[in-house]
Amino acid sequence: MIYSLCLVLFILGLYCVLTKKNLIKIIVGLVIMDNAVNLFFVLLGYRTNGTVPIITNDAEKSMIMQHSVDPIPQALVLTSIVISLGILALMVSLAIRLYEKYGTFDITKIRKLKG
Amino acid sequence: MKGMSQIVKVIAELVKDFIILFGIYIILNGHLSPGGGFAGGVIIAASYILITLAFGRERAMKELSEKGSHILDNFGVLLFWAVAVLGWLIPGQAFFSNFIQRFAPGSPYNILTSGIILVCNIAIGIKVGASLFSVFTALAHFESPLKGDDEE
Amino acid sequence: MIEFIILLLLIFMIVGALFVIEMDNLLSTAVVMGTIGFGLSVAFLFLGAPDLAIVEIVVDVISLIILIRATINRDIKEKAEESTSMISRIPLLVIVVIFFIFTYNVFQHLPAFGNPSFAGNPLAPSNIYLKDGLSKTGASNIVAAIILDFRAYDTLGEATVLFTSIIGALSVLRLFTRKRKEEEDK
Repeated sequence: MIYSLCLVLFILGLYCVLTKKNLIKIIVGLVIMDNAVNLFFVLLGYRTNGTVPIITNDAEKSMIMQHSVDPIPQALVLTSIVISLGILALMVSLAIRLYEKYGTFDITKIRKLKG
Repeated sequence: MKGMSQIVKVIAELVKDFIILFGIYIILNGHLSPGGGFAGGVIIAASYILITLAFGRERAMKELSEKGSHILDNFGVLLFWAVAVLGWLIPGQAFFSNFIQRFAPGSPYNILTSGIILVCNIAIGIKVGASLFSVFTALAHFESPLKGDDEE
Repeated sequence: MIEFIILLLLIFMIVGALFVIEMDNLLSTAVVMGTIGFGLSVAFLFLGAPDLAIVEIVVDVISLIILIRATINRDIKEKAEESTSMISRIPLLVIVVIFFIFTYNVFQHLPAFGNPSFAGNPLAPSNIYLKDGLSKTGASNIVAAIILDFRAYDTLGEATVLFTSIIGALSVLRLFTRKRKEEEDK
């Protein structure tokens, strides 16, 4: 059930990318897709009544395996969040550049004006 | 880019140093508590963005010029890569191995432990902070040919 | 209990995404994007990932600033002729429904929520990282030990990707101001 709601969020972002004609809406749809995929990865690694994978004193050193959540998806998602910030900076700079050249954010008009 | 009203300027003047201090704390304790290089670097960049928004672009350029932010950015990446290659050059260790931890291990739960993790956190923090500030400055300074003056 | 809270947060994010899709004003869509990142950060806190919650909230604030900078003086509403093409959206809806059905069938084979596959297997990589993390690296934060010692090569690749995208953004934004300064000098 929770995985299906995560998939619904991903499909909303995909629908936004495929149907909208405004460039900013396409960029926002990509960001929603990024967030949905990151949430899905962390949901896969959750253990019921699990604890944070941080060792605080020596007594926990041997017992952390029994009740901690999965640390590997957290490492992968950390990388993915920072990369999506870099992608957003590049996309927005390209959108600003296109607006200064064509005067509009509408992608149908950008195809018609040549040169 | 113009600044904001007097109240915002006074508060930003007081608060900006504490934000940088908090960012440095999160970078240095990256191997003991949640946080790490990326979060701390973005927080340090946020402090300089606060100065840009509150005082205008000239004051932020006096604190950290464009050339300075580019130099810091490249220095962060070079430090990260140099630590990796140093592991390969030392005889007997592999590329990117934690050679500091093997030769001089600290005691756990301190700051001065875990060798290469501390150095890499600092390098990543410097890199992310400087590059996000330079991107924000470039976005704020972009001149528009249609309007003919500075964008705000 | 935690499952119910995650469900509520997901419904909050889906409602926010629906607002973003249907809104006319571009500045308002950039502002509503902040709520999706906020809901995601609170969900990471409840799922036992405080590292990710800190990184996600600060990245969401920076991306909100960047999006508002792109839309603040260019407040263009979407054109009216888009809403009349309802018939042409039907093939897209068919594709999306088929995608949903196939992926839902795949999700039936995943392990149940709250019972991951590494739990009973003492040889899984996650269990080995949790057992030997402190003694082999000296770091108490196992996630930091993974990204900077056990899998440090991935972090080097990610630093390179971030570096490249920032250089790309800077070179796209600065071409015009230098040409214009040269024309003014002549």
